Amino acid sequence: MKSFLRDALVKGMATMTGPAPGMPELEEVARALGERARRRLGRSLSIREVDAGSCNGCELEIHAVNNPVYDIERFGLKFVASPRHADVLLVTGPVTWNMHEALLRTYNATPSPKWVVALGDCAADCGIFAGSPAVVGPLASIMPVDLHIRGCPPPPLDIVKGLLALLEAP
Amino acid sequence: MTQARPLADLIAGRLAGADGYVRASVLPPTWEELAAGCAAGLHDLSALWADGGSMRMALSDSARGLRAIVDLRAEDYPSVGRLHAPALRLERAIRDVYGTNPIGLSDTRPWLDHGRWPGRETEQRYEFLPVEGEGLHQIPVGPVHAGIIEPGHFRFTANGETVVRLEQRLGYVHKGVEALFVGADIERGARLIGRLSGDSTAAYAWSYARAVEAALGWPLPPRAILLRGVMAELERMAHHISDVGAICNDASVIAVHAQCALHREDVLATSQVCFGHRLMMDRIVPGGVTDDLSAEGIGRVRGLLGRLAAARVEIMRVYDSMPSLQDRTITTGIVSPALVQQYAAGGFVGRASGRAFDARKTFPYAPYDTAEFDLKTRSAGDVDARLMVRLDEIGESVRIVGQLLDRLSPGPIRGEPPARGAGEGAALVEAFRGDVFVSVRLGADGRLARVHARDASWFQWPLLEAAIEGNIVADFPLCNKSFNCSYSGADL
Repeated sequence: MKSFLRDALVKGMATMTGPAPGMPELEEVARALGERARRRLGRSLSIREVDAGSCNGCELEIHAVNNPVYDIERFGLKFVASPRHADVLLVTGPVTWNMHEALLRTYNATPSPKWVVALGDCAADCGIFAGSPAVVGPLASIMPVDLHIRGCPPPPLDIVKGLLALLEAP
Repeated sequence: MTQARPLADLIAGRLAGADGYVRASVLPPTWEELAAGCAAGLHDLSALWADGGSMRMALSDSARGLRAIVDLRAEDYPSVGRLHAPALRLERAIRDVYGTNPIGLSDTRPWLDHGRWPGRETEQRYEFLPVEGEGLHQIPVGPVHAGIIEPGHFRFTANGETVVRLEQRLGYVHKGVEALFVGADIERGARLIGRLSGDSTAAYAWSYARAVEAALGWPLPPRAILLRGVMAELERMAHHISDVGAICNDASVIAVHAQCALHREDVLATSQVCFGHRLMMDRIVPGGVTDDLSAEGIGRVRGLLGRLAAARVEIMRVYDSMPSLQDRTITTGIVSPALVQQYAAGGFVGRASGRAFDARKTFPYAPYDTAEFDLKTRSAGDVDARLMVRLDEIGESVRIVGQLLDRLSPGPIRGEPPARGAGEGAALVEAFRGDVFVSVRLGADGRLARVHARDASWFQWPLLEAAIEGNIVADFPLCNKSFNCSYSGADL
């Protein structure tokens, strides 16, 4: 353990400087909120992640935003265990029929006001799984989506920039 | 009682194909005898799938280095699971998707079909196996879990704190991948296989590429083979180090978790710089690799190897100095050697219970056939043993990558594509969690007629049910993490 401490002293902080929110993401969130209550989300958001059929690639990169390099909690973004504690649903995957009901139940268990983020190409347009009879369709065809973060999978920096847009939206 | 027949007896005198597999057509009695051979431990069941009106079974005899794919021309066929339990879920899954009929299989419940697919909806409830006894209660968990993990349902039956039985119900992330392969071209197939289980994208892409190359006789330049090895070992080290941290995290030792997460990030950032993608998706393709490693890249990978080797030693030292951590891992979640043998469980799950199987060693493929490294096993079969095997393997991966880099000489990274046409090939590649099997059949038009991928998890998930028996509910996260099975890879 002491070696970890010594390492930290010698090498300094592993955490990178915080990026600015992504511009396209800011615009999308502003638009989405404009269409709805135009309510300021505030500086702190709790996120519930739901894998609705992903290949688990997106989950790996969501894990990465919690590592000490990206450390997303310093911006007030925190992953929580229950949808009942969440402001934001972060959904990955092409939404399989087998996860459809569980996803809707999770959505309904999340108290309003709530926001939905579609993470990865699959949640946006089913990605490479488009056309399979086992998938329902893009997340936006199932529930209102406030923000898309594209990529296969999106690298952690893109995830951080996208989620920051939720905080910075006018 | 069906007579058991050894694989060696069936394939005596037959020649293996370019992929190392002997192919044989059999009649139902022989099929049953071979299934009985699996049950008797004469050979291992490696995969089971349906292909255009036939049932196929991949069998292997590691001691003799024999592998075969046997074909039974029937969709109503003698059940393998009736004699050999590890085939049970495979047969239930195949029945759901392809409408096959495993004659004699007593478990009539669906596996992948949850009654939700359009045109096949049903309100019928899934029946969990009955558990009887005094003072038992059930804890249903999932499919949406508390952490950032894949969805699946765990039904615990407990007596007080002690788990009496765990029954899994999976299939939630079934995307119909196998159907998407049909009629796709080879390139689209490569992108699909890389998204079967994102954490093993390099291993799957490699397995698929080898199967396609065997089917078409596609020659590979030596540099491509070495670079594939580098990528696969980077993928392995990234997961090993991060799962070691995650296990410690589940025992509340967060400092080790943070340290391991940093090292994982180090591997991913290096992969991004060297190969253009953090997870190295779509980098291994039939015929070679897409991205070359520059001289600067070689230096970066060498630097990474040094840091990982040092980290491994340090993490092991910290782990060894914390009895409160080992109190949670030692004797927790034990899997018996008999079970890993029966299930032919691959990866660290098998090796931690003494099964000395590693596709890189047992059925060696280039570049591992000429690399020097050790197959690491333990015998305790508990969470600690699985964790130690993974730490040991990081050391071996560091050795392997160093050798591969030494052998890199300038040259092409893609082989000249041969004429496309009909063909068949199969390959077994050691992913970080165990061996993945991919079989490819190409039609006369050069497009994919059938691709089957068998994740290592098929033969590990059932053992997790055994591992947790008699442990307390609170130790389930530790056991689960020490297995880290793939949901997506097995749900297809």
